[in-house]
Parts: sequence; C-alpha cells; structure tokens
Amino acid sequence: MSTESIALTRPTAVPTSLVERLHEWVTTVDHKRLGILYILYALLFLLIGGLEAIIMRIQLIHPLNNFVSPQVFNRMFTMHGTTMIFFVIMPFMFGFANYLIPLMIGARDLAFPRLNAFSFWMTAFGGLLLYFSFVGGDGLYGAGNAPDVGWFAYAPLTSQTFSRGHSTDFWILSLLVSGVGSVGTAINIIATVLCMRCKGMTLGKMPLLAWLNLTMAGLVILAVSPLTAAQLMLLVDRYLGGHFFDTQAGGSAVMWMHFFWVFGHPEVYVLVIPAFAFASEIIPVFSRKAIFGYPVMVAATICIGFISMSVWAHHMFTVGMSSAANTFFVLSTMAIAVPTGIKIFNWLATMWGGQIHFKVPMLFCTAFLFQFLIAGLTGIMQGAAPFDWQLTASYFVIAHFHYVIVGGILFTLFGAFYYWFPKMSGRMYNEALGKLHFWLFIIGFHMTFDFMHIPGILGMPRRIYTYEPGRGWDNWNLIVTIGVFFQAAGVLAFIGNLLWSYWRGKVAGSDPWDAWTLEWFTTSPPPIYNFAEIPEVRSRRPLWDLKHPEDPDWQYE
Amino acid sequence: MHPSFSPTNIFAPVSTPAHSIVDLSVFVLIVTAAIFVVVFSLLAYAAVKFRKRGESDGHEPTQVYGSTQVELAWTVIPTLIVVVLFLAAARVIASIQNAARPSNALEVTVIGHQFWWEYRYPSLKVVTANELHIPVSNPAHPTPTFLTLLSADTDHSFWVPRLAGKTDLIPNHPNSMWMDPQETGLYLGQCAQYCGTQHAKMLLLVYVDSREDFDRWIRQQSRPAQVAATASEGRRIFETTACVSCHTIAGTRANGTFGPDLTHLMSRQTIAAGAAKNTLGNLIAWIYNPALIKPGCEMPSMGLSTQQAAEVAEYLATLR
Amino acid sequence: MYCLIAAEAAIFTIFVVAYIFYLGKSLTGPQPEDVLRVPIFFTICLLSSSLTIHLAVKSLRSGKVHVFSLWWLLTIALGAVFLTGTAREWGRLIYEEGLTIQTNLFGTTYYSLVGLHAFHVTVGLLALATVAIFTLLGYVRQEHAERAEVLSMYWHFVDVVWVVVFIVVYIVGL
Repeated sequence: MSTESIALTRPTAVPTSLVERLHEWVTTVDHKRLGILYILYALLFLLIGGLEAIIMRIQLIHPLNNFVSPQVFNRMFTMHGTTMIFFVIMPFMFGFANYLIPLMIGARDLAFPRLNAFSFWMTAFGGLLLYFSFVGGDGLYGAGNAPDVGWFAYAPLTSQTFSRGHSTDFWILSLLVSGVGSVGTAINIIATVLCMRCKGMTLGKMPLLAWLNLTMAGLVILAVSPLTAAQLMLLVDRYLGGHFFDTQAGGSAVMWMHFFWVFGHPEVYVLVIPAFAFASEIIPVFSRKAIFGYPVMVAATICIGFISMSVWAHHMFTVGMSSAANTFFVLSTMAIAVPTGIKIFNWLATMWGGQIHFKVPMLFCTAFLFQFLIAGLTGIMQGAAPFDWQLTASYFVIAHFHYVIVGGILFTLFGAFYYWFPKMSGRMYNEALGKLHFWLFIIGFHMTFDFMHIPGILGMPRRIYTYEPGRGWDNWNLIVTIGVFFQAAGVLAFIGNLLWSYWRGKVAGSDPWDAWTLEWFTTSPPPIYNFAEIPEVRSRRPLWDLKHPEDPDWQYE
Repeated sequence: MHPSFSPTNIFAPVSTPAHSIVDLSVFVLIVTAAIFVVVFSLLAYAAVKFRKRGESDGHEPTQVYGSTQVELAWTVIPTLIVVVLFLAAARVIASIQNAARPSNALEVTVIGHQFWWEYRYPSLKVVTANELHIPVSNPAHPTPTFLTLLSADTDHSFWVPRLAGKTDLIPNHPNSMWMDPQETGLYLGQCAQYCGTQHAKMLLLVYVDSREDFDRWIRQQSRPAQVAATASEGRRIFETTACVSCHTIAGTRANGTFGPDLTHLMSRQTIAAGAAKNTLGNLIAWIYNPALIKPGCEMPSMGLSTQQAAEVAEYLATLR
Repeated sequence: MYCLIAAEAAIFTIFVVAYIFYLGKSLTGPQPEDVLRVPIFFTICLLSSSLTIHLAVKSLRSGKVHVFSLWWLLTIALGAVFLTGTAREWGRLIYEEGLTIQTNLFGTTYYSLVGLHAFHVTVGLLALATVAIFTLLGYVRQEHAERAEVLSMYWHFVDVVWVVVFIVVYIVGL
C-alpha cells in the first residue's frame, strides 16, 4: 500500500557538491539521518571490534602461542569488550530507536532534535577518544597506550600504582563522554514516547518496539549514572589523590565492583531489550499473526526492567559476600528468568498457527529464539551460585554472554537490518546473499560459541593470553577459532549485500512486507517530515485495520 | 591424556565443596536440559509445521491475540521451577560457606601477588611460594584445610577446579575457603581474576600428600637454608645485588618479601608460579632475564651477565 | 527534566552510598566529629532560595515580569551566598584543620559529595544568571513561564539533594 508524499518546492538550490552534502549530514537534527549515522558508526566499530576478536582467537588457537605479546592481548580483550558494548551495540540500538520510534508512533521527529544530534556526536566522540589511546596514550616511562584493565576495570588494578600512564584515563573519559550521549538519547526517547504519539495511539496501542525502547531508556537513566559516578570517583583517586578504591587507605575494591555491576547488569538489559523489540515486530509480520499476549509482553518487559536492578551481585558470587547476600542474589537472578521465559513463550505462540515466511529477517529471528533459549538456560545455571563458583571468570561465562549478545542480540540486529533496510533506503536487499550471510554466520556462531562452553567446564579462566598444554583445552580452542572465520565471512557477505543493494537493489515501495505498523504507511525512504497524513489509529495494527476493514483488530483488543 | 579428560575438569571433584557443586550442577543441568528439550521441540515443531507452503493466497491465518490461561500456565510453572532451583542452590551455599571449622583443620594463609602465590602456615611456622602442600583427608575422619585469602596488590582468584569453586583474593577484604581432598595427587589450577600482564601465568599447583609425606614436607620446609660451600660466588652476587630486597632465604641476609621465598626453592617442581619447569637451564634464563619466560612480570632483569646468572642459579640450586 | 533529575539522583545516590559506607573507616586523619561544623545559616539560605524561585515562577505565570526578576535575582543571590559559605568552610577545613581530599577516606568522600553538589549549584546559578540577563534585556515574557518552571525544577532538585547531603553528613555522620 503506498501513499503520495506532498511535493515541496525548495526555497534554495538542491545541494549537490560533496562538501554541501557532508555538511548536511554533519549538521542534521533529523532523527532518520541521526539514526543512520548511529548505525553506520556502529557498523564500523563492529568491524574493528571483530578484528580485535580475531587477533585474540588467533593467539589462542594453540597453547603457548606467540602471535601477540601479553600486553597487546590484554589490550585486545579490554578494547573488544568496551567497543562492542559501548560503541557497537548501544549505538546500533540508539540508531534504530532514533529512526523507528517517531515513524512508528506517527510523530514528526524526536522530542528534542538538537539534543539528539548532541547525543550522537558525544557518543561518536567517546569512541574516537577510546581509540585515540592507541596512538596518544603514552604516559610516563612509555607506559600508556590502549587500556588493558578489562572492560570492567576492577580496582585497584586501575589505580595509578598499577595502571601507570594514561591508558585507563582513556577508558574512563571515553565512557564518561559517551555516557552523556546515552543519557541524552534516553531522555529524548522517554519524552517522545510519552508525549508525541499521534492521535488515537494510547500507550496501550503503541507498537511493542516503542514500549521496549521506553523501558530501555528508563534503564539507561538509572544505570549509566552509577557508572558515571564510579568513574568520577576513580578520576578523583587517580588525579586528586583520593582514596575511594585505595585499599591501602582502607578503601574498598569491592565497592567498585558493586558500583560497576549496578551499572553493568542493567546495561545488558539495555542491550537486549531493544533486541526483544525487533523480534516482537518481525516475528508477527513473518508469521502473519498479531503478537500473542501484547499486554503480558509489556508487563513482562517492565518486570524485567525492575528486577534487573536487583540482580547485579550475581557477577560477584566469588568475592566473599555473606551466604545471605549470595542467597538473595540467587533468588533475584532466578526470578528474572520468569518474565524472560514468558517472552520466549509468547513469541513461540505468535508463530504457532501462523503462516511463516522464512525470509532473511525471519531466519535471523527464529535463530534468535533457539539461541536465546540456550543463553537463558546457561544463565540460570550460573544463577545457582555454587555452580557459578566454578563457572564464573571462565570460558563458560564468555560463551554464555556471547550467546546472548551475538546469538541473541546481533542476530535480531541483523534481522532488523534486513527488515527495515527497504524502508531506510527504498531498495530491497538481495535475498540470496542474505541467506548466504545467515548460513555462514550461524555455522560460525555455533562452531565458536557452542564449543566455547567446554574449556570453561574444563577449567580455562578468561583473560589469559595463553594457556598450558595438557589441560585438555587445545582442540576446543582450535574449533572456536575456526568458527570465527565463518562469522567474518558472513559479515562480509552482509556488508556486500548492504552496499550492492543500496545502489542496485529492486525498488521496495512503501510496504514490501505487507506489515501493519505506521512506518510502512509512508514512502521508502520517508520524506523529511515523515507523514503527509496519518491514518486513523484505533488498534495496535493500524495498517491491518486499513487492509482488513471487515475484520479490524480493534474489535478484538 | 588425563583420566578425567582434563586435570582441571570441574566434573572430576575430589573434595567435598567440589562434590557438592557437582551434585547441584547435575540437578540444575537435568532441569535446564528438560526445559531445553521441551521448548526446543515446540519451537522446531512450530518452525516446520507452520511454515508457509506454496504460493501465498492472500488469506491470513486466524489471528489469536492472547490467552489468559496459557499465560498463567507458563508463568506459574517456571516460577515453581525457579523456586526449586533456588532452594537447591541455597542449601549448597550454606553447606559450603557456613561449614564449621573443625579444630584439627590445617590453616594456610594465601597471599596473592602479581604474579605469584605466597603460602604461610602460621601454626607450623612455614613460609613458601607457588606450590601448596596439604594433607589428604579421610572422609571418615576429615582433616580439611582452611585457606585465608589475602592480597598484597590487586584482585586475584584461587581456582583449583577439582578441589573447590573459586574464591577471590581482594586487598583489604580477607576471604576464606576450605577443601578436604580425598585422593592424593597433584591438582592444577590458575589465577582466575585478571590481575595484570602476567595473569595467565599465575598457575596453581596443589600437592595433596599422604599424612607422612605432608609431615615430611613440613619438616623440610622448616629447616633453615642449606648452602653448599662451592656456591659462594653465586651467593655473593645474590647478596650484593638487589635480589635480597625482594627475596627471603631463611638464615641469610636475604629478607625481602616482595618476591617469593626461595629458602627451599629446589623442593619445587616449577619456577615463576608454574610458568617454567625448575631446571638449571630455566633458572639461568629466568635470572638473566625474566621477560624471556614471563614478559611483564614484576621481577626485573638485574643486568647480570650470563656467567653471573649461571653462578646465581648454581647457588639457588643448592637450596633444598 | 524529570528524566535528567532521575539520572542525576542516581549519581548522587552512589556518592552518598560511598560516604555512608566509609563512615568510621578512615585509618588516620581528622574524623567528621573533629572538624565539621553544621552550616545552618547557609542551609537556610539555600532552602529559602527554593521558596524564592517558586515565587518567581508564580509571578511570571501571572505576567508580573518585574516581580519575577526580583525574586529570580534573590534566588541567585541566596545560591551565591550558599556557595561562598561552602568555599569558606572548605578554606577552614583545608588550612586550619588539614583536611583535604587526599587526607583520608572521610576527606575523599566529603569533598567529593559536597563538591559534586556545589558543582550542580554552580551550573544552576549559571543557568539562572543567563535567564536573569535575558530578563534584564527584556526578552523574557509571560509565555516563557513554563520554561522558567522547568529550570526551577532543577533548582528544587539541587535543594533536595542538599537536604539529603546535610542529613547524611551533618546528622547521621556526626
């Protein structure tokens, strides 16, 4: 179904020179362009972070390898983790939220367009600051360079005593700066969702993507601030002679852990909840059924948001908390499995009885369901604290969280890319190349991350630049490394598809998927003002109502 | 190949805490496997059965918006499962963390350093490094070992999978753990909390000895250093270079505590916290330039010539 | 603004937690009861400024721009008095009592917490001063009352934070 957009006569000449077009992009406050900037930025860092992973895996391909020095390896895992979380997944999610939310709720833009632009550039600058450490980090005695303290930067390793030079400072400052950007975007999302829905779209009728991003934004507000506070304290310690984490002066290293994980755990929900949003939009469309249990999905998400603020010390089961404290965190961690499981069942029920079209977005989202199930179950295993006393800080937990982040989040992100690429670019992607990407990537994913659980069970700790032979870890590490190259091939197919399709893809039209939410009502790509007219919104699927006037949703909701 | 598939296999426990963890793990694995089988089958079934076949005829399937009963079912059942898992875990937490310390328990203080382990037996007045000896425990009359975990610098973690779950060593935050290994032998592990450049080579070697062997080891460790007269040049270099400011050799001028106690260095199978075997060649290389074996460790190269390094090594080789 | 306040509240909460956790744990140096003096006068100034800003916004909503500007300027003055009080207190603590941010856990947590608050007061004063300048230049009118109200919410937040800090540092901690 397509609509005409109103032709505008431009008062000024259309910019054609490269400089003029770049200038438009750099100074834009339009949510669609900022969304695309976030996404392209994240894509670049995905490749860089991936390269860091490849370097580590080559080093670990067999015991006592010499591919990189321990110093370089330690920088690699620090940068890989920090990059992937703060400069890949978060910008991807902010980018899609930016692009989609106004379109899906019938708004013209986000609530604060200039704050939006400011937030993007702060995030971007944070990433550049982090990577500048590779060239600019030299401190005293040449110690410096990229941070090598791990992405959670435990004290007192980060004190001036143990981290001389400026590498840790780059870690701190880049995250402080991008944290400001994150909070800015979160404020924008909340204000937009609460205040700018179009007529007829009550909170109970807005797409699940809007609900989930609202929850994510709330978590960002509450969770990023503790990290900011902890980092300010670390700066006070490093530069003003403070003693927040100075164990020699009676300070507490455990306090850093508490503050960090109070941020760190909700952070992973910040990463995964938008992934749930993508699944919640894509699975119904490709199953040709409404999402099963919309109100329960909303309630479960809000529950997850709240409970996620109470589980943080399950990252600290081995630091010597009392048995009472450990027991409490087992309870809260187990509890969060319930609403999360409910969501999996609801997606399953959406597919049930449907007519599933396994186009590329659905392939990725179906794989997400299987993989997220497994990731959730290995999470439950670690929630049983004594089991975690063996599994934590080993390759088992690395396998678990990559299962969530790659197998869960990245898969839905790929799905989202393919699903909304036609809307953003006006062109269809190449289906065959998309399927090639899917199969290469899923084979590589399982080779790497299924087998990665085993060295963990066999006692291999994390963050080691090499390992002894004779521990039974060798063959598994080999398989894990080989899988990485399949994933890399898949990502190359993906990038190739994006590029080829952008210029040579078939014209998509406004609604290539026969979908039901408002963004498909306008052209592909949408005009700068988004909507010339907005259809009547009486249900959660306004376009279903338009296409099925004899059987509209609002009769059943 | 090690009989248990790996010398650090968490599913090959020989000590009560490790056993309790395995028992709990098996229970959790069975429950999660059951959940996996059920949900996976449903997902696979749905993906296959409801796949669109043939051309799209424009008909949409029946729209189903929800079902309160179904939602209730898959809320209540997981909640019950979660409660069961929680109770199982809570029991094991209590049994391990709140275990009483019997009066015949051996007490060892473990102090984590970048990148080596210091062991002190306060009641037996023994100080050693990197290779821990503890007595085997008879399940009928247990003689567990209780470790007090401290740190001299950053965070570390003591992880010997076959003996117990890991516990962290955090400065200004003493922790404790216990183990009662029921089979003699050498048990391996390594530091499990990133502590800096050479975290990877902070290995753990725990020798579980029979009672007689353990007592013999204690007696040997309690003797003062034995030095053969022929190694005096090495000893002279050792005592006039800064070696003495980091290392202790009981009964000599060397009384530094930044690095491992070397009094009975030759009673150990490895050097550099397990990074290399304790051979004369390795010892010479290590003294000449530690970065050859463990680049980024805290022991500097003292600028000795290879000849001098060999002489010092010869001296250290007399320290039984 | 509510979202921003929530985020800032979370930051302050962490600093308050650190302060409370470290009470009594300083190994050396001056303890709170040795050196702190309860700043009653300056607290009254800051809390009154909440009242004055409220009256300012009320006046602007009724269109009385001149009255608004008087209350607004009074708010700024009270805030500035509070800051000078903090500055003088710190001068005394540093030069007479020898308590700096480096001295011990108390020094670190005290200066960080009170300093973070003072920083927020400063930023607030800069924002209020900007509005004051616009008012004196004649740009501010009745229709801007809502914007002034949003800014006043930030100022109320700063005051609420001071109430919490005051209770934690000078009542609970002493």
